[in-house]
Amino acid sequence: MLKPLIFVLAAVALIALPHGLSFSQQEILVFLVINILLVTSYRLLTLTGEWSLGHVVIMGVGAYASALVSKELGVNVPVSILLGGITSALLAVLLSFPLFRMKGFYFLIGSFAAGEIIRLIWKRFREPFGGVRGISGIDPMPDFSLGFYSFDFFEPVSYYYFAGFVVMICLWVLWRIEKSPVGLTFHAVHWQDKLAQASGVNLRAYRTLAFAIASGFAGIAGALQGHYVGTVNPNSFDIEVMVFVLTWAIVGGTATFYGPILGCVLLTILNEIVLRELGFEQARPLIYGAIMILSILFLPNGLESIVQKVLPRKAAPSPERKAAA
Amino acid sequence: MTDFLEMRDLTMRFGGLVAVDTLSFKVAHGSIHGLIGPNGAGKTTTFNMISGFYTPTAGQVLLRGEDISGLKMHEVARRGVVRTFQHSTLFAELTVLENALVGTHMPFRPNIFAAIVGWDREDRRGAEARAREALDFFGLGDLVEERAGDLSHGHQRALGMAVAYASHPDVMLLDEPFTGMNPEETRQMMDLMRRLKADGITILLVEHDMQAIMGLCDTITCMSFGKFLAEGGPAEIRHHPAVIEAYLGGARHVA
Repeated sequence: MLKPLIFVLAAVALIALPHGLSFSQQEILVFLVINILLVTSYRLLTLTGEWSLGHVVIMGVGAYASALVSKELGVNVPVSILLGGITSALLAVLLSFPLFRMKGFYFLIGSFAAGEIIRLIWKRFREPFGGVRGISGIDPMPDFSLGFYSFDFFEPVSYYYFAGFVVMICLWVLWRIEKSPVGLTFHAVHWQDKLAQASGVNLRAYRTLAFAIASGFAGIAGALQGHYVGTVNPNSFDIEVMVFVLTWAIVGGTATFYGPILGCVLLTILNEIVLRELGFEQARPLIYGAIMILSILFLPNGLESIVQKVLPRKAAPSPERKAAA
Repeated sequence: MTDFLEMRDLTMRFGGLVAVDTLSFKVAHGSIHGLIGPNGAGKTTTFNMISGFYTPTAGQVLLRGEDISGLKMHEVARRGVVRTFQHSTLFAELTVLENALVGTHMPFRPNIFAAIVGWDREDRRGAEARAREALDFFGLGDLVEERAGDLSHGHQRALGMAVAYASHPDVMLLDEPFTGMNPEETRQMMDLMRRLKADGITILLVEHDMQAIMGLCDTITCMSFGKFLAEGGPAEIRHHPAVIEAYLGGARHVA
């Protein structure tokens, strides 16, 4: 009985949230929603035990693809966002051939190199990628009205609702995947790949599947961002952004679905609101780095471990999974 | 009996070392076949070649006449040859039930689209039923919610076998299944293996526990220094001069 009530309250809170904020905070909120999808998709890849440094570049691939198909080919914007995600997923499948010859640390470095290659391609080729300056004047999401609410996509609140809706659907899909036998197989591939293989699991196929799904959703996140900002350029997807994603995931913890989301939300609030208000503008990266080190030292299982301690035993994975099955 | 599983001139070289040298033997369908030999005889290497973990340097593994040597481990598994591992190789972080569910990967192949939409309920139910059946068979029915890493050693060995059994195998390759078990556990495990045999599962096992081997196997192949030494029933092997020599050293060295 309690559960639907919580859902309704959460939905109302999420809908009301932007109206209590300033304009710049509303803009931050839009990016926060997009980043939640980015970091959650990243977690799906980490389920198989592989950590990539190319995830943000893959996100950029989605942004570029969506921008180009809408601008050059005249594809409608919501459709182009989906195409952006598909492009990212297909590219991930292609990249999996060289990258999944490696594991662990080597995969990490390989994914970084692959990402840099993609970024250099964007920089080098003016046609169609626009070189260092990237693409500007990307078609915005067309305005429309639902009768009771008119979407005006120059308003961050409208875009927050739109992006929030898309992200919710994506999170739901990611959640379903994780709680399915496919998700269990991802875990199996992570913990004992030899035993999984002896049970008939095609390791390459499952690693590629996780990589492609994670990349596809990252691409959707990128496309959402591109159509909001109106420009994409190679520098908005560089390693610095990747470090942010890693920090969210590590500080939040990757053992649960909500861990990275928690990390993303809390660190964004800290970074954008508290530190900015306090006037720590210059020192923000320093503080961010210090938080990451402190959390590795004193909170190795991330913020989610605090939640698990506070909440009653419900957090144990098995009954939850049984309910989902 | 038919030639169900046949090793033909299997050879494995690691650099200059010949770990297994032109080994040939046949495993009859529905039998329990033991592979024994002193330490370093190449038993586990042979196992790894059959299961696809290693690609043999030369020679073939034939399953129902089909050459399966050089296939990847999951491809071998999909042909019905499923192995267990030495030591307690399990998904330690997952629960016992989840371990067994991974074992049902082959009969209930997960489909990602069905999983998202929710059309795989039947499969999930079937997989869970099969997983529980396999766990019950190995006496782990009460432990389904435990974390696999927390189980006792004997239970972990049993779970390793339950994971393999959950996939409906034709052949089970058991790598030292009795290691670290007390006599009572060994006796129970032997009973379970006889029941597996009654189910029509062919078992090939590597083992050091002679009591278990002699009490269980229909046929025993003995290896020494990578080479075929002798083959026969338990009684034959027990009194085979070459086997005794391999284990105890030449007669003249016996004090």
